Amino acid sequence: MSLIIKELCVEIAGREVLHDIDMEINPGETHVLFGKNGSGKTSLLMAIMGLSGYRITNGSIIFKGRDITHLPINERANLGIGMAFQRPPTIRGLKTRDLVDLLGKQGGNGGKTTKYAESLEFTEFLEREINYGLSGGEIKKSELVQLMAQNPDLILLDEPESGVDLENIALLGKVIKKLLQKNLRRLRVKSGLIITHTGLILNYVEADKGHLLLDGSLKCSGNPREMFDTICKFGYEECARCQR
Amino acid sequence: MSKIKEKAKAAKEKKALYGTDVDLAAFKSKATEHAYQDSLEKIPPDSQRGMTEAGIVLSEEGRAGSYIQMDHSPVHCSIREEGVEILPIVEALKRYDGLEDYWWQAMAVDADKYTAHAELELHNGYFIRVSKGVKALFPVQACLYLGEEGIAQHVHNIIIAEEGSELHVITGCTTAPNLARALHIGVSEFYVKRGATLTFTMIHNWGEEVAVRPRTAVWVEEGGTYLSHYVCMKPARSLQTDPTVRLLGKGAVTRLNTILVAGKGSEMDVGGRVHLEAPDTKAEVVSRTISTGGNIISRGLLVGYVPGVKAHLECNGLMLSETGYIRAIPELDGRIAGVEMSHEAAVGKISRQEIEYLMSRGISEADATALIVRGFLRVEMEGIPAELKKEIDRAVEESGKSLM
Repeated sequence: MSLIIKELCVEIAGREVLHDIDMEINPGETHVLFGKNGSGKTSLLMAIMGLSGYRITNGSIIFKGRDITHLPINERANLGIGMAFQRPPTIRGLKTRDLVDLLGKQGGNGGKTTKYAESLEFTEFLEREINYGLSGGEIKKSELVQLMAQNPDLILLDEPESGVDLENIALLGKVIKKLLQKNLRRLRVKSGLIITHTGLILNYVEADKGHLLLDGSLKCSGNPREMFDTICKFGYEECARCQR
Repeated sequence: MSKIKEKAKAAKEKKALYGTDVDLAAFKSKATEHAYQDSLEKIPPDSQRGMTEAGIVLSEEGRAGSYIQMDHSPVHCSIREEGVEILPIVEALKRYDGLEDYWWQAMAVDADKYTAHAELELHNGYFIRVSKGVKALFPVQACLYLGEEGIAQHVHNIIIAEEGSELHVITGCTTAPNLARALHIGVSEFYVKRGATLTFTMIHNWGEEVAVRPRTAVWVEEGGTYLSHYVCMKPARSLQTDPTVRLLGKGAVTRLNTILVAGKGSEMDVGGRVHLEAPDTKAEVVSRTISTGGNIISRGLLVGYVPGVKAHLECNGLMLSETGYIRAIPELDGRIAGVEMSHEAAVGKISRQEIEYLMSRGISEADATALIVRGFLRVEMEGIPAELKKEIDRAVEESGKSLM
């Protein structure tokens, strides 16, 4: 098992935002998280990554058989969890190229920064400071270039297609597919958890399972395509009801 | 007695506008002589180390020339590129009849007691000139070294970039490793003539109890460019300086970058003033300051006298300690309609979000902090050749090792 989340409760500033979440993601599987704005999707990703401000009050997170519930962020990353943030911070004075070089070296994967950037038509932005003055679409690319260098086993993607034009979605989709080893069948070990509103990413990345979050609770899990179609036609509430 | 001397005498007790008042009588005005060395490699190893950290290349490889002064003695002076002239200032004064057009022209001798004392008791300094049209390939390096306990070192430096010339000067000021207390007063007058470019990088690595009072004034003529990069990342008991640049000719440009790190017990009051006195002049004053327990006042002043001049001021401070303070004091002074001047100032601590973002990439908290601090101190400056930029970055890195 890659990731097991058991009865997870998470608080932000004293307010519980996630209630008793249970989820399992096997190696090689890609799962999708659906839910309205404010339903707790990003909080779940942040809690898995271990960011401060997302306080775990109950339950546990197991990754590769190890309890990581209270592990520092960098140790989770070094165990193989990687995240593409929806709104990453700007870091002045730190060049994107320098960070990607460092991440590549760290993962024994150095010297490929330009290659990664080329695959996303991002080369000219490598000389920019991290996320400084980047558009929404460029930020997504920056996140993916970093993830390519980091090469994690569990990939958390927070709305990888929001704010991105159609041509670039195809480009991002291709890279995400590769990150998740979608070209491999039997040997695939990489798993993913993707937040999407538009569902567009599903056109590029085949997902194994969908989950619906409503008001901080997991309401149902199932075939991601079917769930997305239901949500599109009847809304989130209806999707939750039909599964009951 | 000359008029200059008279003025200096009258200003002997005149307190400076800013900074703690230093008791000049508490420092010895005589110092032991040091022998002249024909090679920098003959300088004692202890002193060599400090010089290297302050950016001095001992082999002089890749340098247009060197001026090295220890305490009051010029110990080495060499020229390796044609069109570049380097002399101890005392010799230059003799050779050029008192350097009338330059000596105390940009800087007032009676500005305060420090300038006055530099005139009344001169302990040498450098004279650097690049001839008309000469574009020096390599930088000139200068080092003002304090080795003797308790002394005062009063230097007066002059740099002249003649018409259409280009010159880079790297100055490293440093102290002997075991030196506790001393005083450095450095008067610097720079003259950038029509169409010339002067890039001046100053790296200060002082001892913990050293008082430092640089007094710098720069005149930039039409089409001239003056770029300054000042780095002081080692503790100094008391540092106060407020370099002033006058953009006198049409289209003159200046950029002043300052990088300061104040450790516990350090008092740093550092400014940068630019007077935009001619049409189409441009200025940028940028400071990045970090307090690891010390006190910093970061000043900046832009004065616009002509419509259409453009200038920007930026003071950013990072508090890395619970004690100490950073005060950013940016000032804009528009004297006529149509000047375009702006400023931004920010003082804060390292953002938790930035640290955690880097940690989510597998970087430890300590390394993430170092990356952010290093990024904060990296000030981009247009117009600096890549080689020199690398060298400045290296110096910042070298100087800030303990911090990063």
